[in-house]
Amino acid sequence: MAYRHFEAIEKRTWLLGILTFIMVSLGGLAEVAPLFFQALAVKPADNIKPYDPVHLAGRDIYVREGCYLCHSQMIRSLRFETQRYGHYSTAEESVYDRPFQWGSKRTGPDIARVGGKYSDAWQRQHLLDPRSVAPDSNMPAYPWLAKAGVDGKDIAARMRVLRRLGHPYSDADIDGAEKALEGVSELDALVTYLQGLGVVNGPQPAPGEAAKAQ
Amino acid sequence: MDSEKIRPPDMPGADRICAEEAKMTKTEYYDDRVVRQFLAATIAWALIGMTIGVYVAAELRWPALNFEIPWLTFSRLRPDHTFAIIFGFCGSALMGTCYYVIQRTGHTRLAWSGMAGFTFWGWQLACVLGLITIPLGITQSKEYAEPEWFIDVIITVVWVAFGAVYFGTVARRRIRHIYVAVWYYGAFIIAVGLLHVFNNLAVPVSLTKSYQIYSGVADAMVQWWYGHNAVAFIFTAGFLAMMYYFVPRQAQQPLWSYRFSIVNFWALISVYMWAGSHHLMYTALPDWTQSVGMAFSMVLLMPSWGSAANGLLTFNGSWHRLKSDPVMKFMVISLVFYAISTTEGSTMAIKTVNSLSHYTDWTVAHVHAGTLGWVAMITIGSLYAMAPRILGRAQMHSHGAMELHFWLHFAGAVLYVVSMWASGVTAGLMWRATEPDGTLTYAFIDSLIAIKPLYIVRWLGGMLILTGMCVMAWNMWHTAAEVRRRSVQPIPVPEPEGHHAPAPQPAAS
Repeated sequence: MAYRHFEAIEKRTWLLGILTFIMVSLGGLAEVAPLFFQALAVKPADNIKPYDPVHLAGRDIYVREGCYLCHSQMIRSLRFETQRYGHYSTAEESVYDRPFQWGSKRTGPDIARVGGKYSDAWQRQHLLDPRSVAPDSNMPAYPWLAKAGVDGKDIAARMRVLRRLGHPYSDADIDGAEKALEGVSELDALVTYLQGLGVVNGPQPAPGEAAKAQ
Repeated sequence: MDSEKIRPPDMPGADRICAEEAKMTKTEYYDDRVVRQFLAATIAWALIGMTIGVYVAAELRWPALNFEIPWLTFSRLRPDHTFAIIFGFCGSALMGTCYYVIQRTGHTRLAWSGMAGFTFWGWQLACVLGLITIPLGITQSKEYAEPEWFIDVIITVVWVAFGAVYFGTVARRRIRHIYVAVWYYGAFIIAVGLLHVFNNLAVPVSLTKSYQIYSGVADAMVQWWYGHNAVAFIFTAGFLAMMYYFVPRQAQQPLWSYRFSIVNFWALISVYMWAGSHHLMYTALPDWTQSVGMAFSMVLLMPSWGSAANGLLTFNGSWHRLKSDPVMKFMVISLVFYAISTTEGSTMAIKTVNSLSHYTDWTVAHVHAGTLGWVAMITIGSLYAMAPRILGRAQMHSHGAMELHFWLHFAGAVLYVVSMWASGVTAGLMWRATEPDGTLTYAFIDSLIAIKPLYIVRWLGGMLILTGMCVMAWNMWHTAAEVRRRSVQPIPVPEPEGHHAPAPQPAAS
């Protein structure tokens, strides 16, 4: 390319700006746009449900505390991963996750399928005082979760916003939020959420439901 | 064809020489007040961000350090550390040097001083709000985009104003050629605006809570398109802009190859945007996207090495000064770290390597090789070069303090990066180790026990770096004595007549 053609760009702010804008847009358009249309087209399987009020409250506490900074929720399709954590994670499982919580660092283990692996009592104790059940753990203690309650009205408001974003909640689901969360502490909600991980929206339907899905 | 090398317009002393004759005619002066404000903010945010960083590093080894207080807990403070560094430190450094460079390379003052002042206070407001709200749990929990929607709105408004001042100033320049450093600042402004808006689209529930319009896989892809390219256009394009201006100035000679810098510019800004999906290897992201990300990450080696080589070769002929010039030390080592960390990044984008490195401290090592090695060192070098000029001094207050800072920072960065490399590879190997019968050799906790000593080494490295920043703050404070006495003379913009625009010069044979 003759250099004088290039000089046209070097001497015109607007041309330089527009060309820069085009060049930086290409990659995103090529990679993000198809996924977006794909996401709109994919209908979640029958066993994938939006979070009920208690799970949603628990999940939002998980998001607030920043648990994803040490725990991933994304089991990679590698043998040593599936051996340790179970079936690899699928796209369907996180269709109702806003934001996604796949994580990028494991200071602690992956917890995409931690649901049911430990008892509720163990989970509560572990959150309140991790080293009382795992002496070598470097996880911080979260004792304040036991003292705070969950506001049912707030969760109902959140469900209404999620419905606008496409989560199929019925009016009854939303109206029932306040009752479902009566007397529920943040710790209760978080433990409920953890116990549902990999269970509530797991890739393999429970034996009874497998027949129904056929 | 011959304009292979273009001289940055302000070689040292240029504006002092013409200061006297400029006084005789009506003249305009460089708008350095806002640059000085951003300089002070940069140092302050470095101290804040690195103090939090050192604290969270200690918490990983001694978890009781959260004292069971919510906002002192690792998971609340780690995003605060990255936010304070990326938005506070890097943002202030880039906006300040941008205002300095576009004035000098265009021989013009800023287009709208008032709006430039607004960008300073607006940016600081957004950063302080983020710093306070993230530890309180008011967070989107999207990596590097944690602040909630109302802070995102402030950031967007300030960013548009910043873009307006930038394009307004470049439009009123008196040097027709737009120097390559200014291109990089432009790409930084355009791309970061684009990324910030599209990644943060959300519907508010209340002032303190919102939900993303994306979910699951789409959210993951948008997030890492953002996360990766925030690295590309803040940590790379932004700081390359700084490098392309301040390195030739410090070397006191033109860039090694101007045309090479242009080729690298277009390659870098277009290729980087494709590589984000390499953060999601072996995940539920569609396979073709992962492969595209990996392929473009390989291509990315070329503009990365090209920029590093161009910067380093610019020092040809002045290598003997490396021994006595701490500013040059910072710049040279920053470019070496840039070459190392970009090579490492592309390597980690290979799926096989990624299966080992992902989720481990190797990622942390890579990020900090980039930020402590490249970003911080090119910034520190550039600020030491720029500060005396806008603070009305011939040179920094203490040469020895700059030397001390270099060695503290260098030693700290090496300790940090090497310990995290060791930790990452150790954990990665232990997670995949299997017995002859096919069962896993180690429980997860075994890998944590193995790397705990390295967390102490990393913390020590962080302490050295923080100490170095304190030395810099002390040095800056004393260099800024004239400013506190309000006796700094404004620097006049060179007159067009008698001081010709730096015409493209024939290539040196």
